[in-house]
This record gives sequence, C-alpha cells and structure tokens, in this order.
Amino acid sequence: MTYEDWFRQDRLPHIFCAGCGNGTIINCTLAAVEEMNWKKEETVFVSGIGCSSRASGYIVTDSLHTTHGRAIAFATGVKMANPNLNVVVFTGDGDLAAIGGNHFIHACRRNIDITVVCMNNQIYGMTGGQGSPTTPKGCLSSTTPYGCVESPFDLSELAIAAGANYVSRWTSNHVKELEKAVKAGLETPGFSFIEAMVQCPTAFGRRNKFKQVADQVEFLKTHSLLKVKRDRLLEAGEPVPEDMFVVGELMRRKRPVMGAKP
Amino acid sequence: MTKTEFWQGNIACAEGALAAGCRFFGGYPITPSTEVAEHMAVKLPKKNGVFIQMEDEIASIAAVIGAAWTGARAMTATSGPGFSLMMENIGFAAMTETPCVIVNIQRGGPSTGQPTMGAQGDMMQCRFGSHGDYSVIALCPASVQEMYELTARAFNLADQYRVPVFLMADEIIGHMREKILVPDVVENVPRRALAKGALPFKPDDDMIPGFPQFGKGYGVHVTGLTHDERGYPCATNPKLHETLVRRLVDKIESARDRIADYDIINPDAEQVFIAYGAPVRTVQQVLHDRADDKIGFLRLRTVWPFPEKSLAAFKNVRRFLVPELNLGQIAREIERHVKVPVKSLPKLGGDLHTPQELVQALEVDR
Repeated sequence: MTYEDWFRQDRLPHIFCAGCGNGTIINCTLAAVEEMNWKKEETVFVSGIGCSSRASGYIVTDSLHTTHGRAIAFATGVKMANPNLNVVVFTGDGDLAAIGGNHFIHACRRNIDITVVCMNNQIYGMTGGQGSPTTPKGCLSSTTPYGCVESPFDLSELAIAAGANYVSRWTSNHVKELEKAVKAGLETPGFSFIEAMVQCPTAFGRRNKFKQVADQVEFLKTHSLLKVKRDRLLEAGEPVPEDMFVVGELMRRKRPVMGAKP
Repeated sequence: MTKTEFWQGNIACAEGALAAGCRFFGGYPITPSTEVAEHMAVKLPKKNGVFIQMEDEIASIAAVIGAAWTGARAMTATSGPGFSLMMENIGFAAMTETPCVIVNIQRGGPSTGQPTMGAQGDMMQCRFGSHGDYSVIALCPASVQEMYELTARAFNLADQYRVPVFLMADEIIGHMREKILVPDVVENVPRRALAKGALPFKPDDDMIPGFPQFGKGYGVHVTGLTHDERGYPCATNPKLHETLVRRLVDKIESARDRIADYDIINPDAEQVFIAYGAPVRTVQQVLHDRADDKIGFLRLRTVWPFPEKSLAAFKNVRRFLVPELNLGQIAREIERHVKVPVKSLPKLGGDLHTPQELVQALEVDR
C-alpha cells in the first residue's frame, strides 16, 4: 500500500488551485499515516471550513467536514467517545486561529490525543483573499488593501504556551521534514500540532509580488530559520531576523494526556 | 417494578438520559440547567461513559455531534444564551442527520435576561433557530416524571429519525422537586445501521438512511455542505439541494402523527385550553377546581412537529385559550390550523399563571 491508497479516487480531481501548497501537505500527512500502519477503519479525519478543510473529503476513511472553526471541538467528541480511533484534524490559519482560536488553545490545554495539521497560507483563500490572523504586517489582502496593520499570531508558539505535547513547523518546501514531523505528531500521545507554511498563489502570492508559484515557495524556503540556528543566535546574544519564521521540532514533552488509547 | 424517588426535574432528566443509554455528555455550565451537567459528571464515569466540560456551548454541541458519529447516545443541556450559541451546529446536525439530544431548561430572555426564572421564549428558536429550512422534534415536559420519560424518549426519536431532538423544558419544571416513579428499564429503539455496501445518505422507504457509524469500516464522508447520496459535496446542484432539504423536512413532518404525544380532556367542551410545559400545571389546577364546568384541555408533550390533528378532536370548540410563558409563540402556530378564535394568554417575568388568571380568561367570554 502507498499513501495514494488513502485517497478517494472517485473524488479526484480536487478543488485546489494550480500551484496550491495544500496538496503537498495532504500527501505528507497521508505518507506519515501510511508509515504508522494505521487501519483505515480506525482512522478519522476531521476538518472545519476553508481550502485546507476540504482535505478530509478526499480521504477514504470516515471523515467529518464540520463548521467553521469547530473541527477540534468535533474531533474532541469523536476521540473522547471512542479513544481507539486515530483522529487527525486538517485546518487552516483562519479556521484555527480566528474563529476557532478558543477551541485550539483548550484542546492544547487538555492535551487531547489528536494531531492537528494546519495549512497556514496567511490568507482566507476560499473566500477570495481576505486578511487572516497570520497575515504578516504590511501584506496586502482584499481586506487589508493598504497593508495589514495588525500583528500576526505565531500559531506554534501559541500551541506550546497552551500545553501541546508536540509542536513542529515546516513549509511546503520541506516535504521530508514535514512528513517526519507529522509522523512524530501521530506517534506522540497528547495534542500534536504541525504547522505547515504553504503558498497560496491565487489569493496571497498574486497580491504580494510573488509572480510565480515558485517565487513564494522560494520565499518560504529562504525565510525559514532552523530552530538550531535560532537557538545558536540566541545563545550568542545575536538578534533573530524579524522577517524569518522558525522551523523544526519546537516542542516534545510528556504532559498528562486526555483521550489516549486504553 | 418501579422505585419511588423525590427528585428535582433536572436530576430526573439526567437519570432518564442514563436509563436510555446516554454515554456522552458535552456541556458548559449555565443556569438553570447546570444540575443536569453536574449529575452527569457524577454518574457517567461510573457507567464507562464520558462527561466533558467544553470551553463553550459551541464546542459542547460540536463534541456531542462528534461523539454521536462514533455510535454513542450523546446529549448536552443548556439554557437561552447557550442555546443561541449552539444554533449553527444544530443546523449541522440537521443537515448531516446526526442523532443527538439537546436539553434546554428555558429561562427569561432575550440576552442574559432572567437566569433563575422560568420561561418558554425559545420555542420558535428551537424550531427555526439555525439558518435554512429543516425540521426537528421538540418535547415539553410538565412534571419531574416527564423530565425522566421524555428525555428517554428523546434518544429513541433521535436515533429513529436521525435528527436533533430537543427537550424544551423550563426553569420551573427543571428546578421543581416532586415524586417520581422510576421504572427498572425504559424502552430502547436502537439506531438502524446502514446496510453494508449501501450509499450512506441514500434514504430507505421512510426517508431515513441507515447510520454508518465511525470506526466500522463504512468510510463515510460527513459534510454540512449540500451532499449527494454518497455524502459527497455537490453544493451548486439546485435539484440535488432541493431534494435533500425537502427530505430533511419531510422525514419529520410526514411522521408527525407517529411522533405526536398529547392528552385530550373533555373533547366536547366549548372552551379549550392548550398548554405545554409548566403552564400545564396551572391548567390542571383549574380543571380540578372547576371539574363540573367540563373545560376542554389539549395537553401537549410534543410541540414540534406540531400535532395539528389533535386540534380536530374538539368538535364543539368556540375558542382555544393558550397560556404560555412567552408572547404567544405557539398560539400563533395554533392559529394557522383552526378557524375558531385563539386567545393567547402570555405571561412574562418568571411566574406561572395563577389559576385565577386562567379562570378570569375563561369568564371574559361567558
């Protein structure tokens, strides 16, 4: 079996735009799931609303495509009622951090045994490119036409602060690292959070001077700062560049867990 | 064999749920419903069930729906403000045909209103509160005994019709303490499983599809988007949307008579009270005090789908009188079905109608 066997062939082709990064993240997630040797009938994918959340509908397992922001709350019910199920949530930055922010931090606090994969494209793609809680300062969107003036959330730091047992951040350019991170998340008891920075050529790149899809992927690559390098900078007392985001395994710990397999 | 207890209404509700096999409760504290959650928090862990206090009512109903898909009988209990927060996911439950039970111990609204006072102001919200067209089932208890019995029945109806079922109680019944006869067992109508190989949202003859429980190898996709019989999103197909939404409504409305639960007293009467929930108690007192007057009474335990046939039982009726703890929400529904005058007797503020008030209303017309 390969990760391709996890796709609902009769639902393809998918709705994602040409050049979208979401497919890469879904592939990495399914490759990790496949490596876990999980059974399809014991695995449930849950998602909210937005481009990323359409992912659950392309997978052959039981899946719950819920309301905007609430995927983690639904997933909590699934996992608590039947801890034998493996529960994975697909979400995006708007779904997770704006409308669903409260459910996110409380699931981290409970450390419920689910894995959340967030495709952070820094924009509302499905509705046509509005600013989100992770849109960087100064970036253009249809609702920040003069440049975003609000500070963005660091979703991974939020998950760490709120108590998640496992947190990693990578980009759509880091497929091997991302796959390993998802697998580590799936293996780690408790709440695992994998933040995947993705390009959105249609809604974000087009407005923010990324003429080609590859330009935005290149940007994600050149603006990723490995955690080890960041730590070295901090140790040396040198400044961490403000326009870069830290990638790598950001947290792995053993806080008490809810909803683990008996 | 039954045992006799002296219980509060909210406790009887929780016990009725447990007797019906409810094994998942997701909730958030809110007056005057909190005793239901507190009792479930004590009892569920001892029955291998799950009690979880969620971060808000939106998450509570979401968790209940998630649990329901794993096959559990699942419920939540709330009141006005929490009920408002649940509305979006109640629509999701209706659209995805998720069996679940929602208890609303109604208090005075709008907004924070009167947290500790009884009301029936959410009857229309229960019917129409989420966006779009759909139908639900709502039961209204008027005693501690009925808090137990109707909660248990709510689970059967939810599983049978694959729909959210509401126990629309009120603070007065929820906090009242009285004698209750607790049966050894309650009737349990199990959820009908989807036949293997069948399409997950293809209805059977009764317009209700079998249930494809998560974890059983069905590989079902459940979405709040307009979906076809495979469960796949088809949100821009007008015909498919109309067929789906009409079925969601018709599967409940066509079962109206089977779901209906009411008592008819003095069907030859010219003046007939119609009541549900706490006001039933005042009408009963009036009927008791004025037994010689043969006052008519239609006493509803089901309010949605509205059991309209029950109205035809009163052949000589000149006037219906409808005491409610709202400004006439169900009186207006009754008006749609009858040709005789319907006199709404609204009462706000948290007190029940007094028997004198109802007698006075009877005599105005004499």
